[in-house]
Amino acid sequence: MSSRAAGTPAAGSSAAEVRYHVRFSLGQRYLHAILFSTFLGLALTGLPLRFSHSAWAASFAHIVGGFAAILFFHKFFAVILTAAFLTHVGRVLYLGFIKRQRGVFWGPNSLVPQPKDLKDIYEHVRWFLWLGPRPKFDRFAYWEKFDYWAVFWGMAIIGFSGYTMWFAPFFAKILPGSWFNIALVLHGEEALLAVWFIFTVHFFNTHLRPDSFPMDLVIFTGKESEEEWKKKRGEEYERLHGRPEGETTAVAPPRWLKNFARLIGTFVILTGFALLWLTLVAFLKA
Amino acid sequence: MFWSLIAFFLFTVGGAAPQNATCLACHSQPGMTNSSGASVTINADHFQKSVHGSLSCTDCHTSINGFPHPAKVQPVECGACHTSEGSGVTESVHAKVGAVACLDCHGNPHAIVPVASPQSPVYPLNVPRTCGRCHGNPEVAKKYGFPNVYAMYMDSIHGFAVTQDGLLVAATCSSCHGTHKILSHTNPQSSTYRTNIPDTCGKCHAGPKSEYLAGIHGKQMLAGNGEAPVCTNCHTAHQIVRVARASWQMRTSQTCGTCHKEKFATYLDTFHAQVSALGYIEVAHCWNCHGNHDILPASNPKSSVNPANLMHTCRQCHPDANVGFISYQPHANPHDPRRYPGLWFTTQFMKLLLLGVLSFFGLHTILWFVRSAIHHAQGESERGGPEA
Repeated sequence: MSSRAAGTPAAGSSAAEVRYHVRFSLGQRYLHAILFSTFLGLALTGLPLRFSHSAWAASFAHIVGGFAAILFFHKFFAVILTAAFLTHVGRVLYLGFIKRQRGVFWGPNSLVPQPKDLKDIYEHVRWFLWLGPRPKFDRFAYWEKFDYWAVFWGMAIIGFSGYTMWFAPFFAKILPGSWFNIALVLHGEEALLAVWFIFTVHFFNTHLRPDSFPMDLVIFTGKESEEEWKKKRGEEYERLHGRPEGETTAVAPPRWLKNFARLIGTFVILTGFALLWLTLVAFLKA
Repeated sequence: MFWSLIAFFLFTVGGAAPQNATCLACHSQPGMTNSSGASVTINADHFQKSVHGSLSCTDCHTSINGFPHPAKVQPVECGACHTSEGSGVTESVHAKVGAVACLDCHGNPHAIVPVASPQSPVYPLNVPRTCGRCHGNPEVAKKYGFPNVYAMYMDSIHGFAVTQDGLLVAATCSSCHGTHKILSHTNPQSSTYRTNIPDTCGKCHAGPKSEYLAGIHGKQMLAGNGEAPVCTNCHTAHQIVRVARASWQMRTSQTCGTCHKEKFATYLDTFHAQVSALGYIEVAHCWNCHGNHDILPASNPKSSVNPANLMHTCRQCHPDANVGFISYQPHANPHDPRRYPGLWFTTQFMKLLLLGVLSFFGLHTILWFVRSAIHHAQGESERGGPEA
């Protein structure tokens, strides 16, 4: 198949055919795409306000088309992100309660933190310090669960404060005026945390660490080689391989998709680093 | 030599004070110089048309009454006729530094034209340039330690009114500083002394002056508060620009902040200030809520920020404002836990959250990187080959 087209097969799979594990569904990949595009859009239109005294902030606002344009695009991205988020929550609830898939809320396939995650953190840190072997992770490692729940936390804090400021006269009927003072601090600081976290920790943990450098394409293509699956998520591999749920495929992700993902990924990572640099400098100056 | 003889003849024969024609017989000759080499040629035509054309030469040149002239000719005393102007100049800051004599401003003494004549150096539209000969000269400015006010003035709304619109009513130097008795702004009698400034500006800007005097700034100034601003504290003296200009409006909040430091700092934390700092004028600046010349303290029932008037004030921009909305705190201080507990708590909490999350994962990431970099250097990896 396309294995030869993309290069030499990895060591250990010299038997010509590389098999692929499907890690993410099309829906999950789209969700991530919407998430990072709107996140970037929100960061680009929101950070100039948080750091409005920096020269770059003013020129950026002018490039976008002024104060009204910045607010328009910020709200535009916010609405799309909110819709995607609610669709996801709706789907999780549907799978859990209507389809009665109990694995959604508990167990190795769930994103709900498990006792094993505490053990994994402990053992992972021990491995960092040469005190023990590298732990084997299941479908979602603890840092991935943290990323996932951070979005919920962020949506609750940034989303709620943002909507109350957008519809201030309406929310002022139920909330005191001093809430809007608090809302701006919550919105801005939580957004700053999100931006710094994503552009450093998330970028490193999932894409830039030596095991995945420069980019882990699995969130774009949905597939990773069986070999990588085994190494990165050993516990899940051992649990599933050879069973119907762990079935692999010989169909490689299309080359155009991988190149497209690389292009988008490079753009996002570079933009992220630029924003990280600008905000860090502005923050330290203030 | 020939003309000298003629003059000698005319003077001695005439006996009485010489006629102008007698003087001009010599002094209308081009190229005439005195013993120290300065030109003493008079343009008879210009002199005749000047404001002094009806005077005799000897009315001013009192020490000369014949030829040969006395060895020491007394300088002309303009103040002998122009008594009030003369005494004004004597008291002025110009006399104090010994810098300016009448002719420095009025020009050629034998060609002085009426002030209303556009040819006069003290014609209103020419005044800035005349004063600017010294006050726009960097060396003079340096010598006496004053700024180059001429350049500032020329770029001001008053300067533009003169140079671009040619308005005779435009304020020139003398409109504010006076003419002959120009006093230092540190002299309580000066029209530019701090407490006299509202009256000086008010000569033209009567409306703003009465508003100002009714407002807290004016009342405080009249009560002797040395920190109360006068017109120039906000508008500047020489660089006054159109208040309708966005670039000026953008700076106003900062201007208020030079005195109202805490209020300005807390304003900077607000959405109003953030949008404003991006360069947009649409959002609230100090004066949008507080007014300008007639600013009153919030405790005054007439104040735009008095609780009873807040709804109206906020609705200028937020037409849907309601009771909850106007209880927003436009000057909340996040460092004051007693007055703004919710905001203080939120700020502290967010600070700790950022610090906590970023330092935990920062450390985690650094350790991970070091460990896996070495891991890789040893030839081990989680990579699943190039097909990953």
